Amino acid sequence: MSIQFKTITELREMLDSKIISSEELVNETFRLNEQFKELNCFVTLNESKSREKAIGIDQQDEPLSILSGIPLAQKDLFCTEGLRTTCSSKILSNFIPPYTATAVSKLEDDGSITIGKTNMDEFAMGSSNETSFFGPVHNPWKKGYVPGGSSGGSAAAVAAGIVPAATGTDTGGSIRQPAAHCGITGMKPTYGRVSRWGMVAFASSLDQAGPIARSAEDCAILLNSMSGYDSKDTTCLDLPNQDLLETINNPIKGLKIGVVKEFDMSDLDLGVQQAFEQSKKLYESLGAEFVEVSLPNISASVPAYYSIAPAECSSNLSRFDGIKFGHRTEDPGNLEELYVNSRSEGFGDEVKRRILIGTYALSAGFYDAYYKKAQQVRRLIKNDFVSAFESIDVIMTPTTPSTAFAFGSKGAQNPVELYLEDLFTISSNLAGLPAISIPHGQLNNLPIGLQLIGNFLEEGRILNAAHIFQKNSDFHLTHPNMEDFK
Amino acid sequence: MTWETVIGIETHVQLSTKTKLFSRASTQFGESPNTNVNLIDCGLPGVLPSVNKEAFYKAITFGLAVGSQINQTSIFDRKNYFYPDLPKGYQITQMDLPIVLGGTMDIETENGIKTINITRAHLEEDAGKSIHDEYDGYTAIDLNRAGTPLLEIVSEPEISNAKEAVAYMKALHRLVTFLNVSDGNMSQGSLRCDANVSIRKLGDETLGTRTEIKNINSFKFVEKAINFEVKRQIKQLEKGETITQETRLYDSVKDETRPMRSKEFANDYRYFPEPDLLPVVISDKEMQEIKDSFPELPKEKEQRFQTELSISEYDAKIIASSKSMADFFEASIKETSNYSLLANWLIGEISAFLNKDSIEINESKLTPSSVAMLINRIDDQTISGKIGKSIFEEMYTSGISPDEIIESQGLKQISDDGAIEAIINTVIQENPTQLKAYLGGKEKLFGFFVGQVMKLTSGKANPQSVNELLKEKLK
Repeated sequence: MSIQFKTITELREMLDSKIISSEELVNETFRLNEQFKELNCFVTLNESKSREKAIGIDQQDEPLSILSGIPLAQKDLFCTEGLRTTCSSKILSNFIPPYTATAVSKLEDDGSITIGKTNMDEFAMGSSNETSFFGPVHNPWKKGYVPGGSSGGSAAAVAAGIVPAATGTDTGGSIRQPAAHCGITGMKPTYGRVSRWGMVAFASSLDQAGPIARSAEDCAILLNSMSGYDSKDTTCLDLPNQDLLETINNPIKGLKIGVVKEFDMSDLDLGVQQAFEQSKKLYESLGAEFVEVSLPNISASVPAYYSIAPAECSSNLSRFDGIKFGHRTEDPGNLEELYVNSRSEGFGDEVKRRILIGTYALSAGFYDAYYKKAQQVRRLIKNDFVSAFESIDVIMTPTTPSTAFAFGSKGAQNPVELYLEDLFTISSNLAGLPAISIPHGQLNNLPIGLQLIGNFLEEGRILNAAHIFQKNSDFHLTHPNMEDFK
Repeated sequence: MTWETVIGIETHVQLSTKTKLFSRASTQFGESPNTNVNLIDCGLPGVLPSVNKEAFYKAITFGLAVGSQINQTSIFDRKNYFYPDLPKGYQITQMDLPIVLGGTMDIETENGIKTINITRAHLEEDAGKSIHDEYDGYTAIDLNRAGTPLLEIVSEPEISNAKEAVAYMKALHRLVTFLNVSDGNMSQGSLRCDANVSIRKLGDETLGTRTEIKNINSFKFVEKAINFEVKRQIKQLEKGETITQETRLYDSVKDETRPMRSKEFANDYRYFPEPDLLPVVISDKEMQEIKDSFPELPKEKEQRFQTELSISEYDAKIIASSKSMADFFEASIKETSNYSLLANWLIGEISAFLNKDSIEINESKLTPSSVAMLINRIDDQTISGKIGKSIFEEMYTSGISPDEIIESQGLKQISDDGAIEAIINTVIQENPTQLKAYLGGKEKLFGFFVGQVMKLTSGKANPQSVNELLKEKLK
């Protein structure tokens, strides 16, 4: 019996009714990955330890949790003890961490099996997975097309049905945009919901880990496990435990959905516009009400983001200096050469570009004009959301302006073109709000994503809205035929 | 031309916390390289700082002692620069909002007490150490010190000469050690300073161009470095040249300051708020707890030593002026009851030895128990005060306990009257001429007989008994 394209819930039933063992599940997962290895989803596989853990779990009488014995893929920016963690960068291509990220260890403690580390844009900087040192990932829906990024490998592995779910991280849309391009469900939680301990930092004040899965329900299962207070991360929120599955089936009659006045839909692909209108109708038929809301400063979110995120990254990536770990240049003549050559050889172009932008934004004489100004704009954007949520429950936008694009077709001449991919996703990172992307249509056989943004800590509400949508539609059930990869 | 010197001092005080500022690794000095280092200290990918409140309490304790305004909400910034012993490529420090703002320190000068204003004091993490001379062709990195909490105390430019600078450093040293804020161990780098030095024509309003002398770690070098620098600047200006604003290093071997290579300090540190740390808030309750457990300061100790232990005002003042001496004294009195004899020894013989070696008592081989034992042996007349001094010298150099020295060298005082009497008889028999003269009225010769008895007993005879018995015999 095939396990491809199965959800966590379905696999749980198969395991519980002994239709399949966890060991068989893991073997089948590696077989599927081998079959579709052209996708290039994984940087490192964890074969022997996965089998070992699966055999152990098969011997237990009772499953530890809903995730017990379920194979998962981890984005290759979560540190995993004894398992290479590269951030898809040459500079970390030989780095084996001595510890495991909190988000991953929570999932593993619940019995899930880390089958490997997924490909991504180098240090999560990119929207196409083309900046990876280990090569681009193909979109399972169309060979030669990007899966989105930066969590491209995780999204492609789930979309191709190799694993039921995976972890991702989202700094400006890195979970939601690839989820949209791959026709699956991905969620960025409230900033502070999931511990950042062990997650290699890109932009500390924006980074947040989250789930990528085949349904909102599976996202809730993963987030239930991944989230929670961690004293090792001072920005992690100390909240009472909340079971996100409890509210997921609540009726959404009377749900007030905001549509943002400032987002001009007429610029978007016709198919993206049509899908959006159809989803509005579906929600209306389920009893939701639509209200126009204004986010007056939203147009400044991309420039604000591209000042703050590179500034933080320029400092966060200083530790990759060839001294303690990672790539070191051969025979440097002196200390400066050691630094310059190790970093020049170790980082790719996009990472270098962002380090330079960030260094500039923080440098004496420019700090006030760029970094400080951007932080002020960020505060305004946050305030806009606070006002908007006074009259609505969730905000609905497209996830991306268009569908997945061909390798090399965007950003090669002008990087800003690619930065605009994040137009709809970036503001929730700046404001620290939870947001989810669900599939809601197709254009030329490529998926289109719908984004729901929730108020601070209201993951439950957007998961509920997404789940009810999925109960009343079948976009999330369609999957690529994988013809291109046979 | 008369010149006026203006000095401001930035002091880095290592706080005596058990663990580091942002990790739970030990701060113990002198361990093998890279053993007091955890994931956070070596800046591994994905690690985050977590806060050690003990360091904040110590910083606040200092602030309260110098009458500062305390910022109960602490915000941290990153100072970015590349150096091999700086594992993250940035130092976490406080730029805009220091935990301690304002305050004053009184120093003793030739012209009496002078008050120096404190600008600010902020918390930051120390870097590791680069060791350049142990491996041929390589620099070794020891990260044991990386992340140790520092309090950087900045004075206003109100110090007028090298002597005042030393007085300021000594006052600061005394205060931070009494407050238990730092162990003050200068040879281990627990207190080191940068001096900003400029000169101007006497009476000028504006400050001259300053130079900064980096990383001076002893009182002696503070004085020498500043004196050299002032002379250099005067010479420069009198030649009609200008002073370059620069960072200089003091070379104690050549006794001179010289500019650091421009590359070593020409950094744009790109300060920005540390996004990995939320503001650290010290509650009013915590503030009250800090105030309630405030350590005893020298003046209070001095009072207590006089009233509770009946120590003379003079002795109490000297003992209470040094934290290590006061602590030693208080530990010793648990094992001896003759407090004033103990005090006498501490400020006399013991201090003389310590001063000769320029060390604090806690850096010597003496222990409160061994010194108390010595006092007890003198007090119970096992040994005389004079023998005590020679025993002390041995204790001081070898660290062996006084009882062992007395035992092994047979220094026990002879207090047995019968034994002393027998020796007196011998002395009288062997010196008939002197006996005759004494009995004939030459009473000065009494000392001669005492001397002879002491000589025969190698000084071990109890002097009091010798006196009494001799008087009896020579009647």
